[in-house]
Amino acid sequence: MRLTFKNGIHPHDKKISTSGLPIETVQPKPGSIMVYPLSQHAGAPCRALVSPGDSVLLGQKIADSDAYVSAPVHSSVSGVVKEIKRTLTPSGLYCDAVFIENDGENRAAEFTRRSLDDIKKMPRQELVAIAREAGIVGMGGAGFPTHVKLSPPPGDKISAVIINAAECEPYLTSDHRVLLEETERLIDGIRVLLTLFPEARAIIGIESNKTDAVNKLNALLSEIKEDRISLAVLVPKYPQGSEKQLISAILRREVPSGGLPSQAGVVVLNADTTIALQRAVLRGRPLIRRIVTVDGSRAPKLGNYKVRLGMTYRDFVEHMGGFKQAPAKIISGGPMMGVCLFNLDAPIIKTSSAFLCFGEGEVKIHSERPCIRCGRCVERCPLGLMPLELNAAATAKETREFIQNNGMDCMECGSCSYVCPSKRHLAQSIRTIKRAVMAERRKKADAPAREVAKT
Amino acid sequence: MKNDENDKLLLVTGTPHVRDHADIEKIMGDVIIALLPACVMGAYTFGPRAAAAMLVSVASCVFFEYLFEKITKRPVTIRDLSAVVTGLLLAMNLPPTVPLWLPAVGGAFAIIVVKQLFGGLGQNFMNPALAARAFLLASYPALMTNWVIDGVSSATPLARLKAGGFTPQGVDYFNAAAGHIGGCIGETSAIALIIGGAYLLAKGVVSWRIPFAYLAVFALFSAFFGRPTGYELLTGGLLLGAFFMATDYSSSPVSPLGQLAMGAGCGALTALIRSFGGYPEGVSYSILLMNLAVPLLDKIKPRVYGHKKR
Repeated sequence: MRLTFKNGIHPHDKKISTSGLPIETVQPKPGSIMVYPLSQHAGAPCRALVSPGDSVLLGQKIADSDAYVSAPVHSSVSGVVKEIKRTLTPSGLYCDAVFIENDGENRAAEFTRRSLDDIKKMPRQELVAIAREAGIVGMGGAGFPTHVKLSPPPGDKISAVIINAAECEPYLTSDHRVLLEETERLIDGIRVLLTLFPEARAIIGIESNKTDAVNKLNALLSEIKEDRISLAVLVPKYPQGSEKQLISAILRREVPSGGLPSQAGVVVLNADTTIALQRAVLRGRPLIRRIVTVDGSRAPKLGNYKVRLGMTYRDFVEHMGGFKQAPAKIISGGPMMGVCLFNLDAPIIKTSSAFLCFGEGEVKIHSERPCIRCGRCVERCPLGLMPLELNAAATAKETREFIQNNGMDCMECGSCSYVCPSKRHLAQSIRTIKRAVMAERRKKADAPAREVAKT
Repeated sequence: MKNDENDKLLLVTGTPHVRDHADIEKIMGDVIIALLPACVMGAYTFGPRAAAAMLVSVASCVFFEYLFEKITKRPVTIRDLSAVVTGLLLAMNLPPTVPLWLPAVGGAFAIIVVKQLFGGLGQNFMNPALAARAFLLASYPALMTNWVIDGVSSATPLARLKAGGFTPQGVDYFNAAAGHIGGCIGETSAIALIIGGAYLLAKGVVSWRIPFAYLAVFALFSAFFGRPTGYELLTGGLLLGAFFMATDYSSSPVSPLGQLAMGAGCGALTALIRSFGGYPEGVSYSILLMNLAVPLLDKIKPRVYGHKKR
């Protein structure tokens, strides 16, 4: 039986054009400039550990932070640090970045290999430290540092580890390809996780539209007879890949409002993140590459590409042979939650799951019309919110009413905007007021600290 | 690619970047399609007069929407087809004998007073067609209850039921289903209304909650009061009301539980009015009364994920 969560939407999945294309490895050109933003994750930005003129090795740590919720950044090439300056990230924010000129020699730092037996003898903290040192963050899009997920508060008993292979966003097939092509590595990554959580079982959550991957996983699981790992086949539906929805689909448990999955006894890791963990723990390699799906009518070349982090989209497009027709809109990530690029100068970072290019005719900006109270947004909201009321509160800047109606619980999946026949910018207005509330809360939290600093 | 093209800024918008195909025109178009079987049956049963009443009503609604928006210098919205829907629904709730100026007056009231004065599409707190019907019934009671066609009285089944002249032997399910009975233009053919209602449900234009709760609770009450429940379900404005009037978006709740409550309330009120009230028919007033309760019903919100059950 296929599992699923409450409500949600069924956008056309558009995966057929790339799901059959094997992953192609992209080598950065010698002499090209690689860009490493110091904030590629949720949490505190890093400080650079290198200076202009320094020579760096592939896999060398070039930035880190003392903050707990943060993740270091590594060079994905060998070469020379050119400069450190502010740059635009694909998330639409400015932050400092290290610019490195690739010497094309791929001189690598030393990587320590470990076997699964080795790690069984290692203390837990040491394993978690390896994940942190490797700079692993959630690669599905949110970029939450993985070592934080791997260290739940002592009170939370973890009974299940869910591998998120739902990949519910339209167009995206990078996880699908990884599941097919790196299945053994995924299983090893899960074994690492099960070492970390000895009382847990692991469940791979995968949507039924990835038939070949489901078959391959089933075959492998029955072959290795690992009874702690199982497969949960899910109904293709958006936003199935959201942690909370995945947990309720597979385990029928709920994460308390404002809480973490560990409070429901679960740790959720994206499939590619699990493979990054396998690479870090068993092969000593930091996170320096990711798989990017390239699709859309104006895409230079459809496919799934294994790209070094830090490569600019400009170099990436050049590698693919350039645009045949100029795109009007480019999305980094999926069409539901991805962000638009201003230009091609931004680099590929840890959370860049896709590169979707669309032409003039396809990117109509819808003008808002009056709400007709059809109730579709309420019917579809996976969290049980009333988006039309939140939208009304947000546009009227009624912050109190917005919070009272649980607006801060919104995860901005955009299902409401998707179904709205009046094309109202529901998710966008909710996101705007949420940001304002969070900024206000931060200001309040900081105020006493600043008072103390003054005296 | 040339350099200047590289420097061109790309379009940046908020998420999501894809939208469903549904829009207001498609929804209203679907409602019109769903109403067509009943309209055709009305015109067939009651003749050209009924067809003319429907045309006048639609024309009046569209005209007054245009006029009001021109005078108040607001964007003209007649292309969204919502005025056409109001016009059709109004005509379907009129007796086939009405003089043709009556739907014109009703259309003006529905659009200007009930819809536009409260802010237009999505803002009316009552169903415009039903409010206009109530207005006409109060202002022109004789014209609004004249069921005599060509000198032959065809009192509605519910009026006969109220008058006590109804016996279970007189039940004619076939005529009730096909619409060969007295009644308003669009309410007599149960089969046509059920086909239309099924279309609305299949297209996802309305949810099952209001019609289902309406009909189920009505049937329960009617049976409890010892009335001919099966016949009552097929006659009067019940099916028209349950599928097309009580489900009007702006005057019904958006919360799923609120919608069930709305339907249940309509069902209970209709059964009470029909059994104990002075009117043979109770659908219009039940729905109008429940329209007023919508702000309250919308407070029955769904449980939010991760919050404790209340």
